[in-house]
Amino acid sequence: MSFFTVDGISLQFGGLKAVDSVSFSVEKGEIFTIIGPNGAGKTSIFNLISRLYDPTSGKLFFEGRDITEVPPHQIAKLGIARTFQNIELFENASMLANLLVGRHCHATTQLWQEILFLPSVRRAEKEHRRKVEEVIEFLDLQAYRDKLIAGLPYGVRKVVEVARALCSEPKLILLDEPSSGLNVEETDDMSFWIRDIRTELGVTVLMVEHDMSLVNRVSDRVLALNYGKVLASGTPAEVQAHPDVIAAYLGA
Amino acid sequence: MRFVFKTDYNQDIRLLKHSGYWWSYGALLAVLIAFPYLVGSYLQSQIVFVFIYAIVGVALIILTGFTGQASLGHAAFLAIGAYTAGFLQSQGISFIVYFPAAAIITGAVGAMVGFPALRLSGIYLVIATIAFAFIVEEILARWESVTHGNEGMRVRTIDLLGQPIPRDGDAFYFLCLLVLAGSILLALNLLRSPTGRAFIAIRDSETAAKSMGIDLAGYKVKSFAISAALTGMAGVLFAHKMSFISPEMFTLLLSIEFIMVIIIGGAFGVHGAVLGAIFIVMVDPFLTALKDDVPVLGASLATTLGMAPDAAGKLRETMSAIGSAAGLKGAIYGLIIMMFILFEPYGLYGRWLKVKLFFQLFPLYKKATFKRQKTYVKSERNR
Repeated sequence: MSFFTVDGISLQFGGLKAVDSVSFSVEKGEIFTIIGPNGAGKTSIFNLISRLYDPTSGKLFFEGRDITEVPPHQIAKLGIARTFQNIELFENASMLANLLVGRHCHATTQLWQEILFLPSVRRAEKEHRRKVEEVIEFLDLQAYRDKLIAGLPYGVRKVVEVARALCSEPKLILLDEPSSGLNVEETDDMSFWIRDIRTELGVTVLMVEHDMSLVNRVSDRVLALNYGKVLASGTPAEVQAHPDVIAAYLGA
Repeated sequence: MRFVFKTDYNQDIRLLKHSGYWWSYGALLAVLIAFPYLVGSYLQSQIVFVFIYAIVGVALIILTGFTGQASLGHAAFLAIGAYTAGFLQSQGISFIVYFPAAAIITGAVGAMVGFPALRLSGIYLVIATIAFAFIVEEILARWESVTHGNEGMRVRTIDLLGQPIPRDGDAFYFLCLLVLAGSILLALNLLRSPTGRAFIAIRDSETAAKSMGIDLAGYKVKSFAISAALTGMAGVLFAHKMSFISPEMFTLLLSIEFIMVIIIGGAFGVHGAVLGAIFIVMVDPFLTALKDDVPVLGASLATTLGMAPDAAGKLRETMSAIGSAAGLKGAIYGLIIMMFILFEPYGLYGRWLKVKLFFQLFPLYKKATFKRQKTYVKSERNR
């Protein structure tokens, strides 16, 4: 069994089939990209995986375990973290607080201990902070620790979101359009980081992306979607040469 | 300006960030301890009310300021705390037992209110909490075997292990101060631990909070329960301070006063609860002055400026009629809320921070430092 498998998953909103029996599997240590025109159902698949939506049919398996029925707040604990297409950071909190929320799935302290702030809570807090500092170092965010998110530029927010996802020490990270809204230089940085996330941290990457040059540079395999259906899958070159994919993007 | 050089993670966890805080909060504590010996009994009793309102303010800041769940039902939580104290005391139970019992019972009721809140947000949640407050008010009026209905209920002096604590004595002042300090410490401890951060996460983005492993339902209920429990404790103190409680003391207007505490004080920090409470409690003496002193002053000013005595008498009557008009309190409250939301959205604590920064940066302070920034549009939010 593969590391992560999507098995014939469908999502229906009334009469609209947003995702139509899509199947694919991701191997451990892979960078897997989903591409497709607007409205193809890419983000819907992400929302299905992070359990924000309930699938109409089909199943999801992570490390051999069926996660189709797992409640959304337990997905992070299993080792799946995500970012959002339209940044969903906690705006009125400092960057440090945002990253510490990323550690929430590893929180072990009880409410009564926290109210009294017992030494065990302090110890746990310092341990969380140490892990957060590793991520800050990894993504070069030292300058923004105490800054409010509301005051940070867009490009930095994008990186902070990746950082928050990494703070939960995931095994699989879902990146929803990591390069959208970034300039050429920032996109370059992002492509290096995505590869580093895989090689240095050993995290499997599943991403949705429109920027084909980024897709070509980093991905091992690509899946093309249109109208909720799989068009093609394979290496980036194979998928881009596929006649159905060309037709979907250019019209034929 | 002081730059703290950080060499240790403890520095970010610590509540008093540097030695300056020890001096300023130490001085504040000294003043508060010396207060009963310095001021008269009227002012001391007003300050006790400030403490009680501030405890409720801290409770509301946890719920509304941190978790982002609005509530106009806190008068009902206060009532539940007050009546629990009154009833248990009349059954001969000691203060040591019924004080925490009131907190636990109110907390449990708060958790129950939290459950419907899981599916409601914004204005709908406000309406639901108002409905809850009306239900409680009605129960208090009807459940006569426990609450004595509309006749009200007498609450005797606190008996702390054989030691009476009269409601206008110094000991009562220190008891309220202790409870307020305790609730502030509780709120600050929550804020620097995972639960507090989960509250903030829920406030700012429920979707992201869910994906980060935060159980929305559990934390919203926890937030309601903690907030209600604190308000229940304030209710016990309130009951003893008033020495008489009846259902019409816990109306919607009281809930609005509590909301005003955090709007005026600033809901983003615990300081706001205290500043807002001071403001709200001082509105009443102001209204009394408007009724009694201002017309007399105005009339005598008018006579010295050459107005005929009978015209001045008429002016005084008009002014005192305006000053004692029914609903004036509500109108003034409405005006204050609007003014604060328009011109000082971060409340008195926000203004305090701005003034502080002005002096820290002098002469480099820019007027635009605190201008609200445009945030990016979130088109595809799935709440």
